[in-house]
Amino acid sequence: MSVDDLTPVDQSITVKRHQIPVAYTLAGAIVLVVFFTWAPWILPASDVSILMNFFILVIMATMWNLLAGYAGMVSIGQQAFIGLGAYATLYFAIKGMDPFVAIPLAVIICAVIAFPVTYLLFRLRGGYFSVATWVVADSAMLVIGSIAFFGGGTGHYLPGLSSIAFTQLNHDTYLAAWFVALIVVVATYILLRSRLGLVLSSVRDNEVAARSSGAKVTSTRRTIFIVAAAGCGAAGAVLAISQPFIQLGNEFNLQWAAEMLFASMIGGLGTIEGPILGCIIYFVLQQTLQNYGAWYLIIFGALAVGVAIWQPRGIWGFIRDKFHFELLPVGYRVQGAGVIDTMSRGTLDWRPWRRARETPTDETEST
Amino acid sequence: MIWLNVIVSGVLLGGFYALFACGLSLMFGVMKIINLAHGDMAVVAGYTAVFLVPKFHLPEVWSFLVVVPIFALLGYVVQRTLLQKSIDRDPFTTLLVTFGLSVVIENLLLEIYTANAQSINIGSLIAKSWQVNNTIYVSYLSLTVLIVSVVVLAALQLFLSKTSTGRQIRAVSDDREAAQLCGTNYRHIFGVASSLAFATVALAGIAFGMYTSLSPTAGGVNLLFAFETVVIGGIGSLWGTLIGGILLGIAQQFGAHFNEQYTVLAGNVLFLLVLAIRPQGLFGKKVVMS
Repeated sequence: MSVDDLTPVDQSITVKRHQIPVAYTLAGAIVLVVFFTWAPWILPASDVSILMNFFILVIMATMWNLLAGYAGMVSIGQQAFIGLGAYATLYFAIKGMDPFVAIPLAVIICAVIAFPVTYLLFRLRGGYFSVATWVVADSAMLVIGSIAFFGGGTGHYLPGLSSIAFTQLNHDTYLAAWFVALIVVVATYILLRSRLGLVLSSVRDNEVAARSSGAKVTSTRRTIFIVAAAGCGAAGAVLAISQPFIQLGNEFNLQWAAEMLFASMIGGLGTIEGPILGCIIYFVLQQTLQNYGAWYLIIFGALAVGVAIWQPRGIWGFIRDKFHFELLPVGYRVQGAGVIDTMSRGTLDWRPWRRARETPTDETEST
Repeated sequence: MIWLNVIVSGVLLGGFYALFACGLSLMFGVMKIINLAHGDMAVVAGYTAVFLVPKFHLPEVWSFLVVVPIFALLGYVVQRTLLQKSIDRDPFTTLLVTFGLSVVIENLLLEIYTANAQSINIGSLIAKSWQVNNTIYVSYLSLTVLIVSVVVLAALQLFLSKTSTGRQIRAVSDDREAAQLCGTNYRHIFGVASSLAFATVALAGIAFGMYTSLSPTAGGVNLLFAFETVVIGGIGSLWGTLIGGILLGIAQQFGAHFNEQYTVLAGNVLFLLVLAIRPQGLFGKKVVMS
């Protein structure tokens, strides 16, 4: 169903997706795109590196948000695909391919591996699913580690980059991270506005009803899992180029899972903007506390726990509910006389009981 | 004879895994939550034994006398504050909260006690073993842990089936609303179950510190082993947990027999096989896990 079918009976009510005129959002987006594409030429190299790592985390957090915030799958094993993406890049680079060209191939490999994995993982739900994703990540790490071709536990240098001058390499890697992040965010936005997003929101509201209405719940979840695996594979590939010494414990580090989880959690699950905001907070914390060891992660983790308990919609969710403001809306909003403006309340919110507690309004919602 | 050795050491290791897993199993059975900080709690227990117990002028072998009661209390408090708050939200939140806790605990230990490995000093006991024949040695420590594990499981089983509190725990686990209607304060019962789970995890952490060395990041692997044990044995079955632990131990020893690198991988493969063939576990009831 598209918005055109949703013509309200009462003509005083309007159904809109965008609150801010699309032209403004688009203009803002163009400014951002131009700025970040131009950034390596105007910013010092150290800032470019920080931005690059920021974009790698944005990719991961956006993918994790898609998994957990929209499809309800709390994975703590996404580092499996980060590692596999990195090692796929390494494989092609050793075989003589330009590592940058290997990025899309790494993405495809991760998607292909993710497909059979879903048949195992989808037998479990909730917490069991979570720990099983971790087991899969652990197994992937052990398998890769036992292959001598990849240098086993000691690691392997990513070949094919030595001919590029340092500043050039820094620029190129940054641009790769930025473009992948841009593609991932835009693709997620488009995906959520499609039919698939509609299925996800119907599952969120009532899985049984969605299933009985013919929504292909499992295959939708499978698609989301594969997309998230592919996205994390891209992040892993870029990460490999940015390091570029590839080590088992580094690529398959559980810390990736922690960072993407905390960033999406704090920023706001179930919103496109939230995880990006979470990544900004993460980098501000990390840069401010960089001389204090792991304290930034402790504070970030404690913050995430606090947010999960007291403000489960995260900071962006709070802003959205408070100021009725959304930059990249995926749902529709009903406005007009007598309609309380509740800005796509609970957009893709996995907690049905909280929906019940809220005062019912005569608003209708749809994605 | 070699295979017998593999099996014996697997069984001994299995007792340890079962001890680790029974807390996880209990918390899932009663509260329907997976405590992702389970392994880290064990590591914290180990660190408590290393750093706190010497202050009581107590030999470290007896550290469990101090640590287990502390953890039982801690379990009740953590449940009634942090965990209950997240259970009140939904299962989704408990996962995020316990995972967050796990990362916070790991990094706090790293900051306070550095990444250096610590171990619980048990003197000459570590080296003593019982020689069965030319090839098979059974270390006293492993045997003790296996016995402790069986005793703990038996005691838990007895407690759950014979005592009033145990019956209430089972009632809440079966149907929380119905138990509440009959006058059971489920929050208190959750606290008691969590207290038991923390007490067993403290024992497991101390055993772990005696076996090998503790490091801040050891919690993750321990959680994985405990989780694999629970799933292999079957969710909600305490004796299944023991069998699951033993099978996991044997699988790991079997892998290690070929190559040291395959130790953990062999366990993971067994876990994934069980998942593929019999997702409810060997002794589990066929229920929808959600």
